[in-house]
Amino acid sequence: MTDLRCTIAGINSINPFWLASAPPTDKQTNVERAFAAGWGGVVWKTLGENPPVVNVSSRYGVHKDRKNGIIGINNIELISDRPLEVNLREIEQVRKNWPDRVIIGSMMAPIDERAWKELAIKIANSGVHGIELNLGCPHGMCERGMGSAIGQVPDLVEQTTRWVREVVDIPVFTKLTPNITNILVPAEAALRGGAHAVSLINTVNSVISVDLDAMAPTPIVDGKGTHGGYCGAAVKPIALNMVAEIARAQETRGLEISAIGGIETWRDAAEFIALGASALQVCTAAMLYGFRIVEDMNAGLLQFMKQKGYRSIEDFRGLAVPNTVDWNQLNMNFDTKAFIKKDDCIECGRCYIACEDTSHQAISITELGNGRREFTVKNDDCVGCNLCAHVCPVPDCIDMRPVDNGLPPLTWPEHPANTMGVKNS
Amino acid sequence: MVEKPVYPKNGRTLSAAEIDCNFEDLHRPLSAAQAMGAADSCIYCYNAPCVTACPTSIDIPTFIHQIKTGNVNGAAETILSENILGGTCARACPTEILCEQACVRNLNDEPPVQIGSLQRFAVDHLMDQQGAHPFQRAQSSGRTIAVLGAGPAGLACAHRASMLGHDVTIFEAKPKSGGLNEYGLAAYKMVDDFAQREVEFLMGIGGISVRHGQQLGGNLALSDLTDNFDAVFLGVGFTKANPLPLPGCDLQGVENAIDFIASLRQAEKKSSVAVGNNVVVIGGGNTAIDAAIQAKRLGGNSVTLVYRRGEANMSATAWEIELARTNGVVIRLWAAPVAIEGSARAEQMTFNTMSDAGGTYQPTGESFTLPADHVLLAIGQSMNKSGLENLTIDGGKIAVDATGMTSMPGVFAGGDCVKSGDDLTVQAVEDGKQAAIAIDQFLRNKKG
Ligand SMILES: Cc1cc2nc3c(=O)[nH]c(=O)nc-3n(C[C@H](O)[C@H](O)[C@H](O)COP(=O)(O)OP(=O)(O)OC[C@H]3O[C@@H](n4cnc5c(N)ncnc54)[C@H](O)[C@@H]3O)c2cc1C
Ligand SMILES: Cc1cc2nc3c(=O)[nH]c(=O)nc-3n(C[C@H](O)[C@H](O)[C@H](O)COP(=O)(O)O)c2cc1C
Ligand code: SF4
Ligand code: SF4
Ligand code: SF4
Repeated sequence: MTDLRCTIAGINSINPFWLASAPPTDKQTNVERAFAAGWGGVVWKTLGENPPVVNVSSRYGVHKDRKNGIIGINNIELISDRPLEVNLREIEQVRKNWPDRVIIGSMMAPIDERAWKELAIKIANSGVHGIELNLGCPHGMCERGMGSAIGQVPDLVEQTTRWVREVVDIPVFTKLTPNITNILVPAEAALRGGAHAVSLINTVNSVISVDLDAMAPTPIVDGKGTHGGYCGAAVKPIALNMVAEIARAQETRGLEISAIGGIETWRDAAEFIALGASALQVCTAAMLYGFRIVEDMNAGLLQFMKQKGYRSIEDFRGLAVPNTVDWNQLNMNFDTKAFIKKDDCIECGRCYIACEDTSHQAISITELGNGRREFTVKNDDCVGCNLCAHVCPVPDCIDMRPVDNGLPPLTWPEHPANTMGVKNS
Repeated sequence: MVEKPVYPKNGRTLSAAEIDCNFEDLHRPLSAAQAMGAADSCIYCYNAPCVTACPTSIDIPTFIHQIKTGNVNGAAETILSENILGGTCARACPTEILCEQACVRNLNDEPPVQIGSLQRFAVDHLMDQQGAHPFQRAQSSGRTIAVLGAGPAGLACAHRASMLGHDVTIFEAKPKSGGLNEYGLAAYKMVDDFAQREVEFLMGIGGISVRHGQQLGGNLALSDLTDNFDAVFLGVGFTKANPLPLPGCDLQGVENAIDFIASLRQAEKKSSVAVGNNVVVIGGGNTAIDAAIQAKRLGGNSVTLVYRRGEANMSATAWEIELARTNGVVIRLWAAPVAIEGSARAEQMTFNTMSDAGGTYQPTGESFTLPADHVLLAIGQSMNKSGLENLTIDGGKIAVDATGMTSMPGVFAGGDCVKSGDDLTVQAVEDGKQAAIAIDQFLRNKKG
């Protein structure tokens, strides 16, 4: 029987879909609605010390594609703005009401050992399955020395992780910020501090748009705006890379990953799992469409697994990791050419102009006389860049076909043109 | 809201309000959200076939892209730079045989991009703002051009000539400008006095004056124009309805379809236009179709369009024929009119059933009679040649060379009165535009 159960940091979950720490997990009402909809777990909205923070009015900005679909949002919200006690009592209640679902308590505090430890103990006592350290918030909280201000300093990542590990005996997740140059550095620090798992990514620092009437960045608070945290579909490629880096690096082998960033569908989820994630977290997709989107995340992932013959998440987890390599390990002798399927082509010319203007002038147009045109790839000129296949509006109309050139695999370090003496790392 | 159109049922006549409602926009204009949706389906083709299919070569992918980026006025300027009557064309073009037929979406068995509706969205957006005219005149050439006829051909010629720096005077027989835009296109295509609003917009370029009540062959001779202007453009259209010499065609209730349509277009209240109880329309072109649909929407109880050959021979587009049918017009094919009968008024009409079996078009020997108290004749139009005696005429139209020049140097012609493409508004616009460019060249080459 194929099923979606998964385990991360020793915590069992009925499915890999958790809601990330954010407005969807801010209150008992939301969380119970989420559980009713089918979410396997939640990371409760980040808790801080009392008194609670105060939020501003006007909080989200949006990045839309040309079809008016939302590809990303950014927010300037802070952590939970409700009293700590209220949150903890609600957590206790939901734990009782939903015994088979996971609740992770998210927390942040200023750089002060006592503050971290006291808060961690209080949260652990509410009955959560684990604690997540929010070291990522890139706006507001960082100006107070918290969030990404900690996450960007590897020693502090290690320190805070260790503080929490020292006082609680439940799993500890360190949530990483993407606003750094090399994700391996904080990931290794978390591992040194004793993290059972890392959660990533938190939001990407951004100015999402400028209102050209108000001449201010959005979202606008009384005429002014500030940089905020970017998330949603648009950040998925960034998250995938960071997850892959941690999964394949020798130094972080074995560190479990709760993947976050732009997961909107079962397919996104499967990609993160293929790159080594043990479980997943979702925020923006739920904010945009409601908790019901988990239904197809579950159903679609199950279908995919059945079709591929995977009986459990573990069966395919990490399968793409060995195929994720450094550029220097790619086969320079591999050759692929675009092939236009004439029967599917609707003669729009998009492939032609893309290749002609910006690639390798490898597509020709033949006027057929009757107003019809035929588009053909000139094999000798095609470098196999895929651009035409990407811009073509007809699905699968342009095939990228590997050329059987009989040459053995050859990497750049082995290549005769490598006169600079680049070696395999 | 009243569901439209409303037709008379069980002998009940339509109220004035119902008739008004029947003459509202045939296609409602797109809302901003609908326009975005429609624009989304455009692929932004390179060397797009839709552009080739547009007689005026509007850069369709560019203007639709501009709608998508929110530059709607820019989209309108892209359209108007090739077709200054883009507003009328967006309403009246048979896009199903022009740009939309060529849209690559068809090759994927998808509906084509709604190019006409998007064009209307953009042009209306610009015109509704009533801002400054979007085009500027080149430095004055000091040359003058006379344009005869204020139809689409004449107006397009005048506008382009003015842009090129020439001063234009239009001579028009009718009291209003616009040609068939004002007097001929179906009322539900040109609501809210659009033809006049568009003329006013076009005149915003400056350098064009219009003199109405000027009839060539009447109070005006071609020599008046050639003597007093550096060049002349003739855009006189095809304004004379072909007669149908039948017994009874002088009975009351028999009229030319174009006159019926013109009176409908000019009526302050559509309900003031008389329509019969049993209307019979003779003809197979778009004029016949338009007359029949409008008769039906005016409250004509039974409207029958009778054509002498088969549907494939009708010059009306398949879309128009379908529109007539969905409006409740009965189409009878293979029937040739024999006589209109009645005492003072038309009462009935007799037809011979025809056939082309065996390759010859001939009566089958059977005939039938239809009740007919209102007969609309739409068997084609021809050119009013008076005043044009000195020009070479070829096949009933003014003969022109590739540049649009007639047999008389310096006199150009375009639109329905020449043999160019189809007899369509958009073709007339293209002819006028190209003639202005040719006139400009002609004047530059002319010494002195
Ligand atoms: C009933 C009807 C419906 C139509 N519907 C459509 C449609 O839906 N879509 C479409 O694309 N096309 C349609 N057409 C065709 C379209 O209207 C014509 O192709 C177009 O108007 C031709 O423009 P033009 O400038 O050549 O001539 P016209 O529009 O006919 O303009 C000629 C002008 O010259 C003036 N004139 C003529 N003779 C003289 C003279 N001797 N002295 C002074 N002035 C003169 C006239 O008064 C008129 O103003 C329709 C035509 C008809 C008759
Ligand atoms: C409005 C908003 C508030 C957020 N607040 C928190 C927070 O309090 N703590 C935290 O760890 N992450 C917070 N995040 C980040 C999300 O948990 C998540 O890491 C990020 O949105 C990327 O996932 P996504 O692409 O599925 O949205 C917040 C995100 C949003 C949109
Ligand atoms: S793969 Fe690249 S080079 Fe080859 S035809 Fe397509 S766009 Fe041109
Ligand atoms: S982009 Fe695709 S559909 Fe368009 S011309 Fe190229 S192959 Fe044909
Ligand atoms: S052919 Fe169709 S899809 Fe292509 S540019 Fe024209 S309207 Fe757009």
